[in-house]
Amino acid sequence: MTPDAQATALVSAILLPLLGAFGVQILGRFGNDNARDAWTILIGLATFSRVASLIEPVMAGARPALALPELMPGLGLGFEVEPLGLLFALVASGLWILTSLYGFGYMRGHYEKNQTRFFTCFALAISAALGIAFAGDLVTLFLFYEILTFSTFPLVTHAGTEAAVKAGRLYLGILVSTSVLFLLLAILWTSTLSDDLGFHGGINGAAPAGLLDGKIEGHAAALLLMLFAYGVGKAALMPFHRWLPAAMVAPTPVSALLHAVAVVKAGVFTVLKIAIYVFGIDMLAKDGLSDILMWVAAITIFAASIRALSLDNLKARLAYSTISQLSYIVLGAALATSAAAMGAGMHILMHALGKITLFFVAGAIYVVSHKTAVSELNGLGRKMPFTFGAFCIASFSIIGLPPLGGAWSKWFLVTGAVDAGELGMAAIFMLSSLLSIGYLMPIVVRAFFRPLPDGVDDSREEAPLLMLLPICTTALLCFVTFVYAGSVYDLLAPVMGLAVGSGS
Amino acid sequence: MTDAVTVHHAATEALSFRDHLPALQVLLPLMGAPLCFLLRKAALVSFFTVAISFACLAISLTLLGQTMGGEILIYEFGSWPRPFGIEYRVDITNSFVLVVISLVAAVVFAAGPGQARRSIPVGREYLFYSAALLCLTGLLGVTITGDVFNVFVFMEISSLSSYILIALGRERRALMAAFTYLIMGTIGATFLLIGIGLMYQMTGTLNMVDMAVRLQAVSDTRTILVAVAFVIVGISTKLAVFPLHQWLPNAYSEAPPIVSAFLAATATKVAYYLLLRFTLGLFGAALIFDQIGIDILLMPLSVLAMFVGSIAAIYQTDFKRILAYSSIAQIGYMTLGLSLATEAGVAAGLIHLFNHALMKGGLFMVAACVMWRMGSTHIDVMRGLGQRMPITMAAFVAAGLALVGVPGTAGFVSKWALVTAALENEAFFIAFLIMASSVLAVVYIWRLVEIVYFSEPETDFEVKEAPLRMLIPTWTLAGMTIWFGLFSGFSVEVAEAAAKQLFVGLAGAGA
Repeated sequence: MTPDAQATALVSAILLPLLGAFGVQILGRFGNDNARDAWTILIGLATFSRVASLIEPVMAGARPALALPELMPGLGLGFEVEPLGLLFALVASGLWILTSLYGFGYMRGHYEKNQTRFFTCFALAISAALGIAFAGDLVTLFLFYEILTFSTFPLVTHAGTEAAVKAGRLYLGILVSTSVLFLLLAILWTSTLSDDLGFHGGINGAAPAGLLDGKIEGHAAALLLMLFAYGVGKAALMPFHRWLPAAMVAPTPVSALLHAVAVVKAGVFTVLKIAIYVFGIDMLAKDGLSDILMWVAAITIFAASIRALSLDNLKARLAYSTISQLSYIVLGAALATSAAAMGAGMHILMHALGKITLFFVAGAIYVVSHKTAVSELNGLGRKMPFTFGAFCIASFSIIGLPPLGGAWSKWFLVTGAVDAGELGMAAIFMLSSLLSIGYLMPIVVRAFFRPLPDGVDDSREEAPLLMLLPICTTALLCFVTFVYAGSVYDLLAPVMGLAVGSGS
Repeated sequence: MTDAVTVHHAATEALSFRDHLPALQVLLPLMGAPLCFLLRKAALVSFFTVAISFACLAISLTLLGQTMGGEILIYEFGSWPRPFGIEYRVDITNSFVLVVISLVAAVVFAAGPGQARRSIPVGREYLFYSAALLCLTGLLGVTITGDVFNVFVFMEISSLSSYILIALGRERRALMAAFTYLIMGTIGATFLLIGIGLMYQMTGTLNMVDMAVRLQAVSDTRTILVAVAFVIVGISTKLAVFPLHQWLPNAYSEAPPIVSAFLAATATKVAYYLLLRFTLGLFGAALIFDQIGIDILLMPLSVLAMFVGSIAAIYQTDFKRILAYSSIAQIGYMTLGLSLATEAGVAAGLIHLFNHALMKGGLFMVAACVMWRMGSTHIDVMRGLGQRMPITMAAFVAAGLALVGVPGTAGFVSKWALVTAALENEAFFIAFLIMASSVLAVVYIWRLVEIVYFSEPETDFEVKEAPLRMLIPTWTLAGMTIWFGLFSGFSVEVAEAAAKQLFVGLAGAGA
């Protein structure tokens, strides 16, 4: 591919979902629902193929880029595809296709209103997520970060009830105020220290140097790091995590794609990208710069897991599990070793596959039996064996058991913690695995080993095929990523300062 | 301070048409106002007014082009050299402000009298237009003149005509609002006049440059210190600096929305220009910042304005009142720029002057469209308007995003410049407060977005989109907030050059 063709692929990946949103509006108003939904899938496939076409050049060391006109003298907007962003883009655009299929089943099975608005905003959110993934500098990243927040608001408040609107305000309030108060301030601060705000480097085996390396140190640097970390409210670090459980009022496809994949991963991806490109792994490791962030992440991992144990609502439990798992990635960035950063990068993919499956299952249960509480699930595994089988597999992946993808990311994270000499943090990872067994396994055990309530027959009653298919696919992908983790390693290795091919 | 300043004396050479532009800038609308009486017919007068304001825009753009290189244009009336005659003095700063005023005038007047039409008897529209042209004359005159007494005269022209325009509002409350503004405006103007009188007593001249030079020798006298106090309080009243802002919310919300759009985008901007001209130009940065320490006073007041204005805006139930209170906060940003006492800070203030004129003008035009169709701007009538007036409300979102300061809009450029200036002063806490107040802006704009897009209309009668004549000006301003957010080279470069020239001061510029 020529650089021009690469830039075209980059731009079309961001613009295609916009075109999709436009088409959904047109077809939704004037056409019929089937045409509208077919269009979404078509656009989804096209987008994914555009993103996938960038894999080869990026792995060969190219950095497809596109500069937009300057916002202010010396302050340009632009895109640049680097491995971490490409991974995030692949995850978001790939799972969008599956979630769309699932969404058709869910929304129709549930006779939801305003489906056109729903799928329009969905496409807009994906476009914004791809913008974040490919952003070439901090300002572009901030722009798409805000677009993602606002475009997902109508999805969160989809039900239109008083409770949904309230939750939507909390969602918007936390995400917008943290981003304006902390993230924008941190970006502006960075701009006074460094003329360049772009994400560069990581091509020839050397980790990116970091924009701020040597320009700020001591407490000021630690403060700036915390401003960035808390500014990215989407990473759900405690105490700014409340928006994520609140967002669970949304229909399940939204919870699945956005609040297990696109939105939250955009958050941790941003934190990881800032750690690697703005500070640089070497700088973070010096003088315990990232100590505070490390402890905040560790506390979030632990506290969110404990909270998950005590919740009976299935989606709320999964939400707290997500908060805990997101902090794995933040902690991986804060540990500031190559292995930990690799683990963090991989966990973006592995956790996405596992958690989206769990949410898909939660939605399937709701559509089939209208049950939302864990305590109501007794014996349901016998009615829905495939659904709960997938749930079991995804749970194992989240816990980090081989042969599932989650095992690899956890392996690298723990190795990274040991490399950094932080045995306490390694212990936190282990403890959290135990806790995740504690909050996920009882669901599987209840579903398969407890008897059904009296008077309920145990005939098969699976979710519609449109829902079951994505559930099985993502569960299967948890296996596939275990086998092919080496490719993911090779993709990410250059930005982590690791040699390609040394991982597998 | 040795920047080569070329001063262009129009009078010393043979005069061409081009040399008369500074005079025409003011004389054109001044002559146009009585001509409205002769034309009488509404359509004719309206066309005539728009033509004049576009001519003013063309003149101001030419002047800006001529002064951009650092050249200063001097126009001596009747070829009388100073100190005998009145001179107009055009540099980057005031030609920039002239562009802002005439741009907004041209765009807004094109929309017609808006709702004012319903409160003006048929056949009397020409009076509205002639008052509007006089107001434009006054604002342009204040900005262009190089004579301090002339400043006062033009300020009175603009103020008196704006009292008329505000009193045209639909409700009877408009009379009260105009009256309050009249009282406050007159007190402000009187304070300014007292200050000017004291300065004249000490220097014996009314010409700005002469006065600036002579002030240096007497700057430590008590008379001048008192003069500084009177001038600053006087201008601050016109500028609606907290706590002298009480007249503003009523005046802007009771006036016909077209008038609000025009005044909100121009009147306070001219007052900010005057503040810069008197403090930095006449008194000089040394007296103002080092000796008196005006920044120590201005900074907390600006921050208070940012918060009081924004918090008050959150609790309003009328769209125009929300915008009016937001203006108080936005003026706070501008004065905060000055209080940073650096070139970067003043440049940020000037950038925001330009950007805020565009976005507030655009937002008040949206209010005008709503008023036109709904007969009110109460937030309850705006329920579900996103479906019924999609084009107008899209303009609201565009300009609203700019007010919040979203990247890609003009407001982001302002915020970026202001926060960067604060950070360069190592004023981290101030930078944090700027961010915190823009979160408040998110709250009051989002509240409206929720009402407009995510709630059901209260009434079910048919509501059409606003007429094209109003939509085009609305979108011109809203579109420009996006345009100058994406291509901010123009506003940023001009503002930086202007700030640089301002800090040299009139005394330093010589001539």
